[in-house]
Amino acid sequence: MGSLKIRDLTRSFIREDGSKLVVLDHLSLDVMDKEFVCVLGSSGCGKTTLLRLIAGLDPEREGQIILDGEEMLGPSPKVGFVFQEYSLFPWRTVIDNIAFGLEMRGIGREERYRIAEQYLVLVGLEQFKNSYPSELSGGMRQRVAVARALALDPVLLLMDEPFGALDAQTRNMLQKELLEIWEKTKKTIVFITHSVDEAVFMADRVVVLTPRPGRVCQIFPVDLKRPRDRTSVEFAQVRRQVLDLISQHCSIQ
Amino acid sequence: MNRIINKSQERWLGALAIVLGIILWQAVAIYIVQDPFILPGPADVLSAFVALLGKGTLLQDFAASLLHFAIGLGAALLIGIPIGIAMGWNRRFDAFLDPVIEILRPIPPLAWIPFAIVWFGLTAYSAGFVIFIGAVFPIVINTYSGFRSVPRVFVEAGKMLGCIKNSDLIRYIAFPAALPSVAAGIRIGSGVGWMCLVAAELFGVSKFGLGQKLWFSYNLHQMDSVVVYMILLGLTGLLLDWMFRHFVEGYFLRWRTGEVV
Repeated sequence: MGSLKIRDLTRSFIREDGSKLVVLDHLSLDVMDKEFVCVLGSSGCGKTTLLRLIAGLDPEREGQIILDGEEMLGPSPKVGFVFQEYSLFPWRTVIDNIAFGLEMRGIGREERYRIAEQYLVLVGLEQFKNSYPSELSGGMRQRVAVARALALDPVLLLMDEPFGALDAQTRNMLQKELLEIWEKTKKTIVFITHSVDEAVFMADRVVVLTPRPGRVCQIFPVDLKRPRDRTSVEFAQVRRQVLDLISQHCSIQ
Repeated sequence: MNRIINKSQERWLGALAIVLGIILWQAVAIYIVQDPFILPGPADVLSAFVALLGKGTLLQDFAASLLHFAIGLGAALLIGIPIGIAMGWNRRFDAFLDPVIEILRPIPPLAWIPFAIVWFGLTAYSAGFVIFIGAVFPIVINTYSGFRSVPRVFVEAGKMLGCIKNSDLIRYIAFPAALPSVAAGIRIGSGVGWMCLVAAELFGVSKFGLGQKLWFSYNLHQMDSVVVYMILLGLTGLLLDWMFRHFVEGYFLRWRTGEVV
């Protein structure tokens, strides 16, 4: 299970001069179990803030975040997170990075290596088991980050522009791989991006946020069959629809 | 100038400089200074070294100096690292302790010698205390700055993976992330501590010690022996630093290879 309910989520920051900056304003959103949702918005619209709030990394909030009927009040092992920047622990080898969560849970060495290796195979990096992150390319690092987040078997996977720093080719490859992993593991995924192309390629539904203060502007179901073909006419049409929608309703007037 | 030279050529060049330096030193000592009290030549020093080997106290001197150094550096690690961690991890503790540290830090370690004697008497501990003062501040400060610059994303990634408690976050995330900086602090601290060694041994805390013997030889006007102890102090410091680098960088910091440091 992994159904997420967000109700009236509001987050504001107090600026140095004392004024209030509202980043998210009464945002409500439902994500179904096993659904792949992309949250799309311009920079500064609060996408990352939204994800950090769902993850429980930011305790200052108003409103409710409910996962499978339980209110989320802090970081939970039911939620995995893949960060935008490289977040692998550079002092740990690939296998020890993936096994980190299991180690924290007190699982013995042999058992956690056995589980970690399964996820290593899932992301196709078996031969880099004992490498350090500094020896991996950017794409490989994010693959390991995905494996590390999955190793605790969360019901919900949060991804904050995980492929944003990668070159276009690697990015497309990782998108495909992520969809395959999602098919296999059937997690609920909330994926943040500012790329319409990425959102249309991956998502069941694209959630478009308004510029600051962020709230849900439009929700756009993508009915294209997977695997989707970026070069097809249908793909181009959907992409244009989303872009039109953004420019008509969800951008600064 | 910009032709590529290889490692072995570099080594030969370095060795050549040492040999030339010794020859120059000998020449200046014999032909210009002409007084082994003012400047003993390498030959005088070598024969003094052989004579000292014959006396057989060198090992005890080494042992005594290493004991003083170990007491000082050990205490600096035991006290400096926890303080650095606490200040780096907890802003309140930082605000609380920072002024005290900033006031104590500029006091030269040798200025503590009178209190070292008053507090610890003429024991190995008072020599250790002076070395401790020299070593502890670089260790505190580097540990502190290492902890302050732990990337937030590591801490948050840890939290998402079930590493929640402060003690766990320090042990599994912040400490390993800060380790390069902590190691640099230990290296600088032990260098400063070693430099305090001679002064720490000057006030006669024991009958042995490289620094103690250096001063003793000076009082006997045996300047050739003084040079022997100077060279031994320098070489031992070099060896300690080399061992530390070899051990720490080879074992603990393997993961940094390939990263720009």
